[in-house]
Amino acid sequence: MFVSLNWLKNYIDLDQLSPEELADKITKTGIEVEGIEYIAEKNSNVVVGLVESCEKHPNADKLNLCQVNVGDETLQIICGAQNVAAGQKVAVAKPGAVLPGNFKIKKAKLRGTESNGMICALQELGIEEKFVPKDVADGIFVFPEDTEIGVDALPLLNLDDAILELGLTPNRADAMSMLGVAYEVAAILDLPLRLPREDVHMVEEEAKDYIDVEVEDTTLNPYYGAFVIKDIKLAPSPLWMRNYLIAAGIRPINNVVDITNYVLLEYGQPLHAFDYDKFDSEKVVVRRAKENEKIVTLDDQTRVLSPDYLVITNGKEPMALAGVMGGKDSEVDENTTTVLLEAAYFDPAIVRNASKDFNLRSESSSRFEKGIDPERVKRAGLRACQLLEKYAHGKILSGIVNVDGLDLTEKKVEISTSKINNRLGTQISTEEIGNILRKLHFSYENNDEVFEVSVPTRRQDIVIFEDMVEEVARIYGYDNLPYTLPQGDAQAGGLTKQQELKRFVKNYFESAGLSETITYSLTSKEKAPLLASDEILQDAKETVSLAMPMSEEHSTLRLSILPEMLSSASYNLARKQTDIANYEVGTVFVSKEETITEQPSERLRATGLLTGDWVTHEWQEEKKAVDFYVVKGILTGLFEKLSLAVSYKPVKKENMHPGRTAKLYLNDREIGFLGQIHPQLAKDFNLKETYVFDLDLDYLMDQYEEIPNFDRIPRFPTVTRDMALVVKEDVLAGQIIDTITKAGGELVKDVHVFDVYQGEHLEKGEKSIACSILYLDPERTLKDEDVEASYQAILSRLQEDLDAKLRS
Amino acid sequence: MKEKLQELEKEALLKVNEAKELKDLQEVRVAYLGKKGPITEVLRGMGKLSKEERPVIGELANKVRENIANELDGKKSTLEAIELEKQLENETIDVTLPGRPVQIGGPHLLTSIVGEIEDLFIGMGFEVREGPEVETDYYNFEALNLPKGHPARDMQDSFYITEDILLRTHTSPVQARTMGEYNGEKPVKMICPGKVYRRDTDDATHSHQFTQIEGLYVDKDVRMSDLKGVLNRFAKEMFGEDREIRLRPSFFPFTEPSVEMDISCKVCNGKGCSVCKKTGWIEILGGGMVHPRVLEMAGYDPDVYNGFAFGMGPERIAMLKYGVDDIRHFYINDNRFLKQYHKA
Repeated sequence: MFVSLNWLKNYIDLDQLSPEELADKITKTGIEVEGIEYIAEKNSNVVVGLVESCEKHPNADKLNLCQVNVGDETLQIICGAQNVAAGQKVAVAKPGAVLPGNFKIKKAKLRGTESNGMICALQELGIEEKFVPKDVADGIFVFPEDTEIGVDALPLLNLDDAILELGLTPNRADAMSMLGVAYEVAAILDLPLRLPREDVHMVEEEAKDYIDVEVEDTTLNPYYGAFVIKDIKLAPSPLWMRNYLIAAGIRPINNVVDITNYVLLEYGQPLHAFDYDKFDSEKVVVRRAKENEKIVTLDDQTRVLSPDYLVITNGKEPMALAGVMGGKDSEVDENTTTVLLEAAYFDPAIVRNASKDFNLRSESSSRFEKGIDPERVKRAGLRACQLLEKYAHGKILSGIVNVDGLDLTEKKVEISTSKINNRLGTQISTEEIGNILRKLHFSYENNDEVFEVSVPTRRQDIVIFEDMVEEVARIYGYDNLPYTLPQGDAQAGGLTKQQELKRFVKNYFESAGLSETITYSLTSKEKAPLLASDEILQDAKETVSLAMPMSEEHSTLRLSILPEMLSSASYNLARKQTDIANYEVGTVFVSKEETITEQPSERLRATGLLTGDWVTHEWQEEKKAVDFYVVKGILTGLFEKLSLAVSYKPVKKENMHPGRTAKLYLNDREIGFLGQIHPQLAKDFNLKETYVFDLDLDYLMDQYEEIPNFDRIPRFPTVTRDMALVVKEDVLAGQIIDTITKAGGELVKDVHVFDVYQGEHLEKGEKSIACSILYLDPERTLKDEDVEASYQAILSRLQEDLDAKLRS
Repeated sequence: MKEKLQELEKEALLKVNEAKELKDLQEVRVAYLGKKGPITEVLRGMGKLSKEERPVIGELANKVRENIANELDGKKSTLEAIELEKQLENETIDVTLPGRPVQIGGPHLLTSIVGEIEDLFIGMGFEVREGPEVETDYYNFEALNLPKGHPARDMQDSFYITEDILLRTHTSPVQARTMGEYNGEKPVKMICPGKVYRRDTDDATHSHQFTQIEGLYVDKDVRMSDLKGVLNRFAKEMFGEDREIRLRPSFFPFTEPSVEMDISCKVCNGKGCSVCKKTGWIEILGGGMVHPRVLEMAGYDPDVYNGFAFGMGPERIAMLKYGVDDIRHFYINDNRFLKQYHKA
């Protein structure tokens, strides 16, 4: 809503406040002023002048040589406008004037002749082209004949105005009118209001002899009022009205249309003027449209209708789409002499149907949709009649032909001083609350500290006690509320164990060298299942897609975080960021249904992506690229911190390197995977050798147990025995470690691989693995024979199970 | 004999003095004090002396021995110190060469901001709650006083999966879920951070996915001044003690009265600049007193309980606090962006 301050000053005395001060007060009280615009900040030295003579320029066909009387002098001005003529009163920018765009007017010579100023068009004075009335769009602007010569032209054109742009929240439909804004400002500043009076002089002839009104469903159209105005003379509307419309962002058209728009802005009540003769009927019938019924609206579009929309008909055909836009067939034009004026109340929902489906958001529909003031409907019609009589030579026929089912009773809301103060934490006195209600123009009955407030119909947003709390609070001033802290029982806030553990896991990854990413949950349908862990794929029947995605790229919920991480890595590589070590913790969305009927389950995953160098090349050492074991080391460290025994098994998985991928198990349950992505997939994403992991974080956190008891520091020494074995090359280190652990007995505390060798001194197809075995007896000093017995048991089991020999 | 001893002493001390390395000293020690050395020899020949002479010479011999030994020890310390100094000099390195880099990662900026806000509210007695990102229409809208047909829940603004299931458009459903869980019986004091989704085209200030943190406090006799006090503490801790806050009336379907909170602009200190659009204030969050319908639907009797709620966007806070100029930075994950915020 654009509010012209000059217009507002008709209702309320604002001269003691600057626009900025006023804007600040309005914003703090509840309606955000999003901007202040000065129509023409830079104009100066522009006056009204009389063109005393106008001749052709001796040396130029298209230029006119004018003598212009500007009061204290007569200026010779060369003017290029087609419409300039002697006897006109025009806007003259004198030498020294500055026009918008910092355009300075100086004395000049044009084709040998002196020119001492400029005769201006409205555009040149800073009015936006789209608001300039068509009749003056192609030339200079001409003032009415009775305009005084030599006076400042800017106030006459309202160019000294400031416009406040209000950002209205949906509840404040009352402020979609100048009167509504006037009530608001009067309440804020505690100033008296001057409201317009709808004095109409009606002729003897009666409207009911011209028109009848029938409304099919009064819930959709509780009020329809028809006015008939005869002997209309279509002309431009008065300058002040045109100025205000321009300030409000509406282009002036002619007096009849301008008056309906003016009243729309002033009262917040949309009106519609039909050409009575073109309406071609003595009866207005308001009904739901029929299926496939058609109407050509004022914007020349043919609209195909249905019973979802309400139409105004002449008993046969639709003449207007109710509350949204009029029909072309009954449009007011230069030949119009009799006007049928509509002032009505339409149901917000049915207006919204039409404005939404036809994408026709107009000044009119936006007001009906949010709910207009029922009390102002008829008055707005009368106000328009008053103006039509005055500015369009109209004769107002007696009587309003109407169907009236409007409820004008004011809602009652009870408040009390103590309840208000309890809710706000304030100590506002009963007297002060009464004063606030008076400022708001809310009437009330007061008994001790209890008020029964009658809410004016213009404030449809106030229904319950809490709404009144807000009214009192905002006029009292949010700034004046004290600062307190909750007085309820003190609670210890905090994170849950799971939340703490999640933070721990994230901190661990960071200390291990990984940077956290946050990627989009929505990905493409194609990427959604890519690299998803097998236990996720087994549960997910189908990926979950949006009904109406904005793009294919973000259409489907992810089954793995990795695809978007691959895209991020790819983005980085393209920008020469080649060393990447990322992790992300987030949810994936798994649905067991083919057609979704319930929420998918959300599983927490921890994923990682590493590529490029792990150790960068420095002066004292060689660089080292990320490999499988770097990533595995990070994961092993995590599992150790969580005291979880996770095992790794080689696996072949789609899109993963067939020889460098491991599946992870905890308690015989799959908890994710780790490995190098398939070089083909890497190529598809423009990546080099890239390693990823994906872990079931829900399960890992679930299995974590806080260490219950102190683990005693051993009092007895440990013994270490090394063992170098020769095995077939397909025997896995994991198998050897498992065998040693199982065969070695309770005394074996740790098995550690310290060397793997293949090549010279070994048979082809063989490899050597060297382990060190750590023995400890927590109860006593180990005896050599105990260790030896275990060592031998291990050896023979290794020989039996894995065909391992001691390396000689 | 006496003369011989004095001669030996003189000779030995001279040699000690002349010694340049530790091994020279060792030679002197062996030559003069060793078992086959001249002093031992003198002592061995004592038997030939008279009773009177014997103690005199014995005493002298011991004294000479002692003097030489002392001198040897002193010289040894000196030589050792010199040698150590030489060794250390050889060990000198270029301390201006770079150290070995340590691989340390770090959190995403949004995680840091969310964590900071969580800790701040935990300090004020709030618990942290989480909820599903894919929500039902009921929890996302209806339970928050946004019945079907409400203009603010346009299909066009939300990512629906089915007519009844959608990606949550705010974290407020967690409030409704938590209140439901508490059965209308005990106070609720919680914040809920999380990802939310809206049908926006991604540009510098819009993102179809972003983060939100909502807070809720429900108890008996909660006052609007409590909301103001809590938000004021939050703003000062988050943006600095010198920031002013301002509450303005606003509108949300789930609160009444509703507020928007501004903080004074840090760039211009409230004077007005391009960052604050010349107003001197920057909007950072919305909130209000919980609407009685919302309490009622969650099973709380609005005649007994009331409360306040608020919601904020960590992206916006990060953008204000660190001057991040494009919301897309948070989701593109440019390495150079991520690493900028790993600092303490």
